[in-house]
Amino acid sequence: MTGWLATGLEILTLVVLLGIVQRPLGDYIAVTLESKRHLRVERGLYRFLRIDSAADQKWSTYLISLLAFSLAGFGLLWLILSTQQWLPLSLGHGPMSADQGFNTAASFVANTNWQSYAGESTLGHTAQAAGLTVQNFVSAAVGIVVAVALIRGFVRNHTDRLGNFWVDLTRVVVRVLLPIAVVGATLLIVCGVIQNLASPTTITTLAGVGQTIPGGPVASQEVIKLLGTNGGGFFNANSAHPLENPNAASNFLQYFLILLIPVSLPRTIGRLLGNYRQGLAILGVMVALWAISLTVTMVSESAHPGSALQAAGGAMEGKETRFGVASSVLFATATTLTSTGAVDSMHSSYTGFGGGMLLLNMLIGEVAPGGVGSGIYGILILAVITVFVAGLMVGRTPTFLGKQIGTTQMKWAAGYLLVVPALVLVNTAIALLGGNQDTAANPDSPHGLTELLYASGSAANNNGSAFAGLSANTPFWNISLGVLMLLGRFVCIGMVLALAGSVARQGSRPDDAGTLPTHRPLFATMLFGMVILVSALTYLPALALGPIAEGLS
Amino acid sequence: MNTPTLDRTEAGTVNRQSTARVAGGGFRPSALVAALPAALRKLHPRHMIATPVMFVVYVGAVICTVLCVTEEQKTFTILATCWLWLTVVFANAADAVAEGRGKAQAATLRAGRDTLTARRLRADGTEESVPAAELKVGDRVVCTAGDVIPGDGDVTEGVASVDESAITGESAPVVRESGGDRSSVTGGTRVLSDRIVVTITTKPGESFVDRMIALVEGSKRQKTPNEIALNILLATMTIIFLLVVMTLYPMAEYSGAVPSIVVLVCLLVCLIPTTIGALVSCIGVAGMDRLVQRNVLAMSGRAVEAAGDVSTLLLDKTGTITYGNRQAAALIPDPEVDADVLRDVVLLSSLADETPEGRSIVELCQQYGADIDAARRRADHGTIVEFSAATRMSGVDLPDRQIRKGAVTAVSDWLAENHFHVHQQLLGEADEISADGGTALLVAEVTPASGRALGVIHLKDVVKPGIKERFSELRAMGIKTVMITGDSELTARSIAAEAGVDDYLAEATPEDKLALIKREQIQGRIVAMTGDGTNDAPALAQADVGVAMNTGTAAAKEAGNMVDLDSSPTKLIDIVEIGKQLLITRGALTTFSLANDIAKYFAILPAMFMGVFPGLAALNIMRLSSPTSAILSAVIFNALVIVGLIPLALKGVSYRPSSAAKLLARNLAIYGIGGVVVPFVGIKLIDLLVSLIPGIG
Repeated sequence: MTGWLATGLEILTLVVLLGIVQRPLGDYIAVTLESKRHLRVERGLYRFLRIDSAADQKWSTYLISLLAFSLAGFGLLWLILSTQQWLPLSLGHGPMSADQGFNTAASFVANTNWQSYAGESTLGHTAQAAGLTVQNFVSAAVGIVVAVALIRGFVRNHTDRLGNFWVDLTRVVVRVLLPIAVVGATLLIVCGVIQNLASPTTITTLAGVGQTIPGGPVASQEVIKLLGTNGGGFFNANSAHPLENPNAASNFLQYFLILLIPVSLPRTIGRLLGNYRQGLAILGVMVALWAISLTVTMVSESAHPGSALQAAGGAMEGKETRFGVASSVLFATATTLTSTGAVDSMHSSYTGFGGGMLLLNMLIGEVAPGGVGSGIYGILILAVITVFVAGLMVGRTPTFLGKQIGTTQMKWAAGYLLVVPALVLVNTAIALLGGNQDTAANPDSPHGLTELLYASGSAANNNGSAFAGLSANTPFWNISLGVLMLLGRFVCIGMVLALAGSVARQGSRPDDAGTLPTHRPLFATMLFGMVILVSALTYLPALALGPIAEGLS
Repeated sequence: MNTPTLDRTEAGTVNRQSTARVAGGGFRPSALVAALPAALRKLHPRHMIATPVMFVVYVGAVICTVLCVTEEQKTFTILATCWLWLTVVFANAADAVAEGRGKAQAATLRAGRDTLTARRLRADGTEESVPAAELKVGDRVVCTAGDVIPGDGDVTEGVASVDESAITGESAPVVRESGGDRSSVTGGTRVLSDRIVVTITTKPGESFVDRMIALVEGSKRQKTPNEIALNILLATMTIIFLLVVMTLYPMAEYSGAVPSIVVLVCLLVCLIPTTIGALVSCIGVAGMDRLVQRNVLAMSGRAVEAAGDVSTLLLDKTGTITYGNRQAAALIPDPEVDADVLRDVVLLSSLADETPEGRSIVELCQQYGADIDAARRRADHGTIVEFSAATRMSGVDLPDRQIRKGAVTAVSDWLAENHFHVHQQLLGEADEISADGGTALLVAEVTPASGRALGVIHLKDVVKPGIKERFSELRAMGIKTVMITGDSELTARSIAAEAGVDDYLAEATPEDKLALIKREQIQGRIVAMTGDGTNDAPALAQADVGVAMNTGTAAAKEAGNMVDLDSSPTKLIDIVEIGKQLLITRGALTTFSLANDIAKYFAILPAMFMGVFPGLAALNIMRLSSPTSAILSAVIFNALVIVGLIPLALKGVSYRPSSAAKLLARNLAIYGIGGVVVPFVGIKLIDLLVSLIPGIG
């Protein structure tokens, strides 16, 4: 089988599998969140935590609950990381420094999983499992409930209530993430991923050299790392590590898990809206963006000129030979177009254009298909902007899903649009003005600029992947990226919920022939254009000095 | 205000040409030159800060002006600075042109108002002369023939004919009398005959004329909600691009490609949405102006936008859908009577009938080939029998026979009194006509020897030609039409079916109308209606777009948010189209402006950085001759496109009623794809010229 054929089959299998699974899973998530029944374990939990599960919250209450929950998680995680020397199974690791502890806690609470530490040499099993893995579950659930709250805003009329954060969160964790995680972890173990509480074992290899083989509850953390588009690896090498991702089968399973929930959520919103075609149109835009991004990176990595690259049959530097170019590119595209950030190859070693595309994947706001929940609300915000401009062109005050896009709605949508570019660009400028360019592995080159831009882009977009090469464990990067991750996550969520609140208060305008149809290909094309025009072009000047300059040199 | 109006009710038919296309105001290049002084006056920072996008350009221009002294590339810097200033001036000129069009009208109105004096009645009934501006609410003033009415009010004594051409442009005088729906008079109109006493109902400075002045000048124009939302989007994009350009400096410095401040300002100005930013207020003013040209005064811009959103249109049957009076449609003879005999008798019976119905019967007979002169000669020998409410018949008594026409029962009874009967078949025909919503008039004659019913005249409400097509267009636009009529259910249903309206409200009372509007609004629909009577006021106030007829009462005008000076019932449809056109223009130019950025990136980015990264020359796909000419060309294009689009902003983009999907496809093709392509061509052409300048190419 030739390389291209294999690549084609791999992509086809992925697309077909996801296409089959997204319908039932999307429906299941919708039904779960709108169900009136509580499971016994959930009722017990509500009683224990004194939660009024019948309460319907205003957007502001929903947001405050979410922020309080995240703040508590952040504090607890920071505490665990700072005191892990006293916890069981610490494997003798000391506490994290204050700035790195802040960065890591912010990172996992914000569903980013940027890691300025190396897992195997920094953290014990308790910190990994009770600290990080817990946040991997709940931070993913937070993203999903925000997306659902936004849809409720569009579905509900003349109300200021968006649902109950605690109930939504509990259900997503208990009924959606946990069951899939159990199945996924089992499959990963079958593929050869380890799951134990062992300490590192030192063995003597056949060559007579000593080698340390680490142990740990890897599969259980690995599955939610991918399923919840978290991305924080158990080991420093992340999914390039053979104990996290041993072979081609586990690799396929990994990017399947990354994309699983994000591609199912359009179906969920279609079901909640009672308009499957709307969900399909949004999925269509996501798939188109994904296909183009994948093609650019694939071509760039496979056909890059240069004798060394051609001899290797592609840009093999930084990629695992057990995966090859195609699987690595598929993984890298999936991880940067969602907010995952797990890596099975070193993004810094990609060609100029290939690496630039991965960076751009994050910079367009990770909407194709995006992080769990965040991808959906991200693209819906862009749809609101698109509706506003396109809606005017049909001679009506714009309405989206029956709700008018007026001054208040535009304020929140435009605010959302502003937050992340501002964080990325300003932080990159501060890094440069503050003399941090030497933390890049290739200072004073376009590649160095890409490293710096990538770090801020990854943090503010809650991706968490690193371009590698950047020495990120400095007080400047730990603190600034920590702040970026928190603002990029929670300011955006605040604006999404405010928007949801403002549209829930309105009555619904019935669609008629004069209404802009938002479920047809024409609108999907416009939305696609808006993603390129509004999100991608913003970064073009910066990209011209980084990856584009590198790619064209 | 003597602007020609395009359709009037008396013209009768719905003139397809004049009403379906929204007429635009003309734009002459000389208007731009005339607007220059005003444009320069608007350079005051206090004015500039009102539009954030242009304020950024303004600040950029100021910075570059200062840098002209220090920069090394003198020619480029000075040229770039000049064009930045021109960008600002062009934007101001766009505003000034739009506003200037109302100024002349306002000046005329104001001159008339300021010199006016009033004859105020004291409590004891004597008169005193006071300036019109000092009149208070409740004052009573006397106006006799030749007087200009000093303020808005209601006639409380007398009847007069009034020339309202100063307000409406309509030269035919109208009657104003105390009490009823014709009691309202407008300040600035002239009494032609008789004497009336008017009680003033508005405070000085708030009269209709004052509001008109404010409207046509655009001086009190408040930004509409949609305009504010658009400004939020534009301001956000401006901030984003401001950050892009500011953070580009350290990044470029790091890369060893330090750009000059002038170049960065140029990049910023090209990227921020200056085109739409410059034209957005011009579009709003022009939209109001287009309404004024159609003799409609909108009391707020919000109402104009709401007009574009209308999804339910309440239309009065009379005058809008039908001609307003019943007309003869057919003559149906008794089986035993010759059609020509019936025709001649019918003609005889109606010759003296001067009502519109009577005239229509005569016309119909002529169409059937009757000899009208012969009939007149015959009728001269007879006696006319006038219609009376008691007999419900009219006719003529000739020497040899009596002819009667009237309601079927009345004429049958009359025959029965003379011991004759109507054929059952003819009665059946009459019933059928009634069932269809028409009216049947029975025609009979009695001679000394015999008597018989000759046939039936079918009268019906005639639906205006073209109206059905108009309604199907509205349906395609997603607008539901509801016919409002005082007619019975039966008649209403038949006319509704014939005219093709979506729904109807028969035997409508003002309360029914109000309830209907509320019902539609609860379903999330935006309702528009016209009205003139005081009892329409609650419905007018409830409707999202309430158009009061100028002939209507003060209460109606107060309740609505628009006044139609022509009092034309079909105007509502035009208003909807103008509202839509306003929104479409705004959206089209926003799309165009955003799409322009692609070409500008391709012009400026390689120009800025290909010195350090020669590979970036590959992005110079327009093959612009040098970095300086590339940047300058982009700035010049950016400025010229504003001027180029002023006519479009004033006239509005052409609008054809069709479904939202079709409109989007069409406008997206023109302004979206056009917005991507045009700047590539434009910048290249400008570059060809600019590169000839020494020191640039």
